[in-house]
Amino acid sequence: MTEGQLLSLAQQVVSGLSAGSIYALLALALVLIYQSTDVVNFAQGELAMFTTFIAFTLLTWYGVPFVPAVALTLVFAFVLGYLIERIVIRPVEDAPVLSVVIVTLGLYSIFNSVAGWVWGYVPKGFPSPISGGTIRFAGLTVGLLDLWILGCALVIMVLLHLFLHRTTLGIAMRATAHNRTAARLVGIPVGRMLSLGWGLSAVLGAIAGMLAAPKIFLEPNMMAAVLLYAFAGAVLGGLTSPFGAIAGGLMVGVVENLLGALVATELKAGLAFFMILAVLVVRPQGLFGTAYRRKV
Amino acid sequence: MLRLEGVSAAYGRIQALRGVSLEVPAGSIVALLGANGAGKTTTLRVISGLLRPTGGAVYFEGRRIDRLPAEAIVRLGVSHVPEGRQVFAELTVGENLILGAYARRDRQKIPADLDRVFGLFPVLRERRKQPAGTLSGGEQQMLAIGRALMARPRLLLLDEPSLGLAPMVVREIFRTIRRINSEGTTVLLVEQDANLALQVARFAYVLQTGQVVLSGPAAELRQNEAVRRSYLGY
Ligand SMILES: Nc1ncnc2c1ncn2[C@@H]1O[C@H](COP(=O)(O)OP(=O)(O)OP(=O)(O)O)[C@@H](O)[C@H]1O
Ligand SMILES: [Mg+2]
Repeated sequence: MTEGQLLSLAQQVVSGLSAGSIYALLALALVLIYQSTDVVNFAQGELAMFTTFIAFTLLTWYGVPFVPAVALTLVFAFVLGYLIERIVIRPVEDAPVLSVVIVTLGLYSIFNSVAGWVWGYVPKGFPSPISGGTIRFAGLTVGLLDLWILGCALVIMVLLHLFLHRTTLGIAMRATAHNRTAARLVGIPVGRMLSLGWGLSAVLGAIAGMLAAPKIFLEPNMMAAVLLYAFAGAVLGGLTSPFGAIAGGLMVGVVENLLGALVATELKAGLAFFMILAVLVVRPQGLFGTAYRRKV
Repeated sequence: MLRLEGVSAAYGRIQALRGVSLEVPAGSIVALLGANGAGKTTTLRVISGLLRPTGGAVYFEGRRIDRLPAEAIVRLGVSHVPEGRQVFAELTVGENLILGAYARRDRQKIPADLDRVFGLFPVLRERRKQPAGTLSGGEQQMLAIGRALMARPRLLLLDEPSLGLAPMVVREIFRTIRRINSEGTTVLLVEQDANLALQVARFAYVLQTGQVVLSGPAAELRQNEAVRRSYLGY
């Protein structure tokens, strides 16, 4: 392999990490919800898309400056996620798994069609404080946008970790996910923790959507492929481990990009999933997951 | 301090309690005895609000609590150490204890209470950073009791604290239960091991298929022919 080829591979790794960090954020959102409610939220990507459209509307229709628009969007996402859990998910909590799947698929379809109705299907550009441009670093040409995405995602992950491990509320949320009976016994309002979890997941999704939009353009179906990769990342990481979701998401991004460059762009999705299947055949609980246990 | 009046409870169509009445005076240790499936755990679950009774009433310090959610009952001063310990296995010992104080409003007093729990169970201090799931059975029981104490309960509900533990560990735990009681916490103790329970309790109730079939001072029950045959084994 020539030096040029090596460099181009390294570049693929960097843009893979950038795409992977978006998968990782969405995978984290999926895992947070799955851990605490055993619900696989198929609407996670559409929620991210929908909230990104809200940001878009604030920015371009109402001329709200970037930072307040993002802040308002995150608040909106939190409230939306919170209310969805309270109003739609709670009543079906004890229903058969398939009913819950249908409910989240229903949410998927509702958000998708409402977005299409309000904003149309023409892809829109989404502003970013960092847009074009590259920097050269150790012989690599790295896109600034990629670095920005990766950096933001890492900061968010660190903040989430600190929240879940250093604040009483975060510890209570983890406790609720692991053992609801015991959580009730120490006086944790379990229902509110579950709503909070959905709110937090919607916020993570909104961030993923707003980070991805400058790159993949804003349109109602923008998150379909992203969600698929996020699922792959979450499953690869083991579905029960936030750390696994991050590692899994990043790995999926890197592998997808490398395979695209080395083999054939057309095959990259197929090959990435082939790799995931191979991992699951050997380790059904995923790379970082623990064997499945039922909550009480 | 605690009074149950004709409490009934059911799991779906299975009737688990049929009109249980009992009383726990302030400052005492009261034991609740009975064979497997008698309804001991169900009684505690009703008191702590994990299960809504289908009939009857529960009063704590004169106040009716059987319609309150579990978190409100903890806040009133009733802590339940459940059957099987139910520690948060993935969380550290320290995190478990911090969560014990979740319902409290006086957060600045938490460090002092942590010290008290570490005083009662020194091994928990050593294991503070360790996931609770890695503790031994006895240590998990200590953690479950410590976590309940972090809520500063006036009434402590203990469900089979001796279950599956070596005799030496059981002795240590029961010594601590006595000490907790002598420091002012009232205790309602559920035990399969009637010998043990009647040694620490002042008064006891015997449950059978969801009904109180016998009650009296512990010393009296120890002499009772039926109790000796069914529960004491001599
Ligand atoms: N979750 C449940 N669903 C259905 N029935 C239950 C449930 N929990 C308990 N029961 C039934 O209720 C009755 C009382 O059970 P409970 O657990 O209160 O007994 P216990 O005295 O605590 O017994 P043990 O000594 O075995 O702990 C039993 O007949 C039991 O089968
Ligand atoms: Mg029991």
